[in-house]
Amino acid sequence: MLRGLRAILGWTEDRSGAIGFVAPILTHRVPRNAKWWYVFGSATLMFFSIQLVSGVLLATLYAPSAADAYQSLVYIDTQVPMGWMLRAIHGWSSNAMVIMVVVHMLQVFLHGAFKFPRELTWMVGVLLLFCTLALAFTGQIMRWDQDAYWGLGIGASIVDRVPVIGNQLRNIMLGGPYIGGATLSRFFALHVFVLPGLTIALVGLHIALILKNGVSEMPKPGEVVDPATYRRDYESRTHRTGVPFWPDAAQRDMIFCGLALIMVVGLAAFYGPFGPNGNPDPTVIDANPRPDSAFLWIFAALALLPAQVETFLLLAAPPVIVLGLLAVPLISNRGERAPTRRPVSVLVMLVICTALAALTWLGVTSPWSPVMDAWTSVPTPVRLVERLTPLQMQGALVMQNQQCRNCHALDGTGGQRGPDLGDVGSRLSWDQLVRQVQQGGGNMPAYGKTLSAAETVAVVAFLQACRTDGQPPSSIPGALQRSASPDLPPVASPVAAPAAAP
Amino acid sequence: MNEGCQGCGCGGGAGGGESRRSVMFKLGAGLMAVGGAVASVPIFGALVAPGFRRYGNTWLDIGAVGDYPAGETRLAKFAIPGASPNDGETATAAAWVRGMEGDKFQVFAVNCAHLGCPVKWFQQSRLFMCPCHGGVYYEDGSRASGPPPRGLFEYEWKVENGRLLIDAGLLPGLQETA
Repeated sequence: MLRGLRAILGWTEDRSGAIGFVAPILTHRVPRNAKWWYVFGSATLMFFSIQLVSGVLLATLYAPSAADAYQSLVYIDTQVPMGWMLRAIHGWSSNAMVIMVVVHMLQVFLHGAFKFPRELTWMVGVLLLFCTLALAFTGQIMRWDQDAYWGLGIGASIVDRVPVIGNQLRNIMLGGPYIGGATLSRFFALHVFVLPGLTIALVGLHIALILKNGVSEMPKPGEVVDPATYRRDYESRTHRTGVPFWPDAAQRDMIFCGLALIMVVGLAAFYGPFGPNGNPDPTVIDANPRPDSAFLWIFAALALLPAQVETFLLLAAPPVIVLGLLAVPLISNRGERAPTRRPVSVLVMLVICTALAALTWLGVTSPWSPVMDAWTSVPTPVRLVERLTPLQMQGALVMQNQQCRNCHALDGTGGQRGPDLGDVGSRLSWDQLVRQVQQGGGNMPAYGKTLSAAETVAVVAFLQACRTDGQPPSSIPGALQRSASPDLPPVASPVAAPAAAP
Repeated sequence: MNEGCQGCGCGGGAGGGESRRSVMFKLGAGLMAVGGAVASVPIFGALVAPGFRRYGNTWLDIGAVGDYPAGETRLAKFAIPGASPNDGETATAAAWVRGMEGDKFQVFAVNCAHLGCPVKWFQQSRLFMCPCHGGVYYEDGSRASGPPPRGLFEYEWKVENGRLLIDAGLLPGLQETA
């Protein structure tokens, strides 16, 4: 029996040479000190494999047509046995792949592993980063819900800003002059054929380059990279002290990948699949579109960019980011690799990471977005309506009915776009409040034409009563006389010193 | 090519082998290039065709004039003309219609002029607000606050036989205003 098996194996190996081909790859020598820092690339590859398998299985259930996609996802979630889990694993594993590819890249940058002779490995890695992000973005569109529809709308609006040919490019991207069936089909082809194929090819190239140039050693301060001698020194060192990748180094990869995979499956089982969130019906105006986590920083930047430079930055930033990352090993491919000897590189990395993290957090909280239902759903704090005069009480109603709360919080509840008005009475005087309500300014719309004089008096009386306990009303001389426009009705304080809430 | 020939010891011009091979190679490369170019036209032509077609808006009936009373702003829904059967719900679009005295109207695209998210009308404060990046517009469509570089996109309108028609159908953007 065993002898028969061995004969079959021997015959296959004689005709194919498969083991002779794979064995040196598996047992190539890696530096002895390549330990836990080196597991992230393997983890990225593992999650990509999970994506390939789960993606193919999803393609057997998904209907890639704008008319049916949404319903087919609901069907997968609710009717197909374990279908929800399949979608959950595909979604959570995609997040894990994005995280791992970024962590892998940070490690390579931190350890200067992109330097000679591994410049091309880094560049292919940069392309793989953008393939991963493109897969994540097109994957969000496969969900074909409100987020997908309006996310495409944002993408189309950005492309539309390209000078001269923007509109043509946008129509090519959408497959027509509006977001519809042709759009989903285009992004489906990208998501399941073009991008995975490209990624597989680039992963192959990435690994071939790693095998050719070897895995970099842990950096040591003072051990500088000199292209003239590096290869010879590296080969003699790994030959002397290196260990075979299989099984010595692979065991750490396996432990980390196993734990990471269990975690992702756990998250998928616990939190379930992402979306779909609401039909992709363009006439449903109550949509509140948000991008997936990998793109929240872009979403935040789009809200915060100054209008004058927005179009320029929107169009100039992507090529600058791509070329800048590709050029990293061209800027410095020799010298010290240890992070302690590369303070500028480490600082640049920390600044970029901090900025991305801060923008992502802002994207999660999105304080610039009006809370569309705050005016009907958020209560006025009891502290602020206790012992009010009837006029002030009327003002509290005006404030609620005029949707002020969509952008303004009172004691922390409500929109965050404008300032919290819980203590505005101690900050702005009567005249300043009138001016701000009537004329707006500082990113606030003007309400002069919307509110009657009586409503303005009421709301300002209420706002003046909005103070922290014990604070007197602000008595800074008003700006009204200086800047009020003549077409607005004069609004004087009903009493010389409006009654303060005790 | 040349390296292989130098190694073969045929001595270059002997028998004209090199020049024949060179002609064959050039012929092959040329034929491949022509074939590839001819094949590329339909293959990539289908992909980029939407960039070369001229699309236009169409006059669409969005209801009776009486459906849009003066002093109110209402949502009009319409089917996108020439939609494909695959479009499903995305074959529809919407516009905000502001009714004014004397059968005058203003018709706005629902897409924010910033990056295209759907703006929502608030009757009490007479404002349009965008949920994405906080763009706000007054009832006449002019920009009130937030990141939009201009006011809301407006559709042209006309009244025929008591019906309100708007010139719409394309996704509005900064270059193709409505």
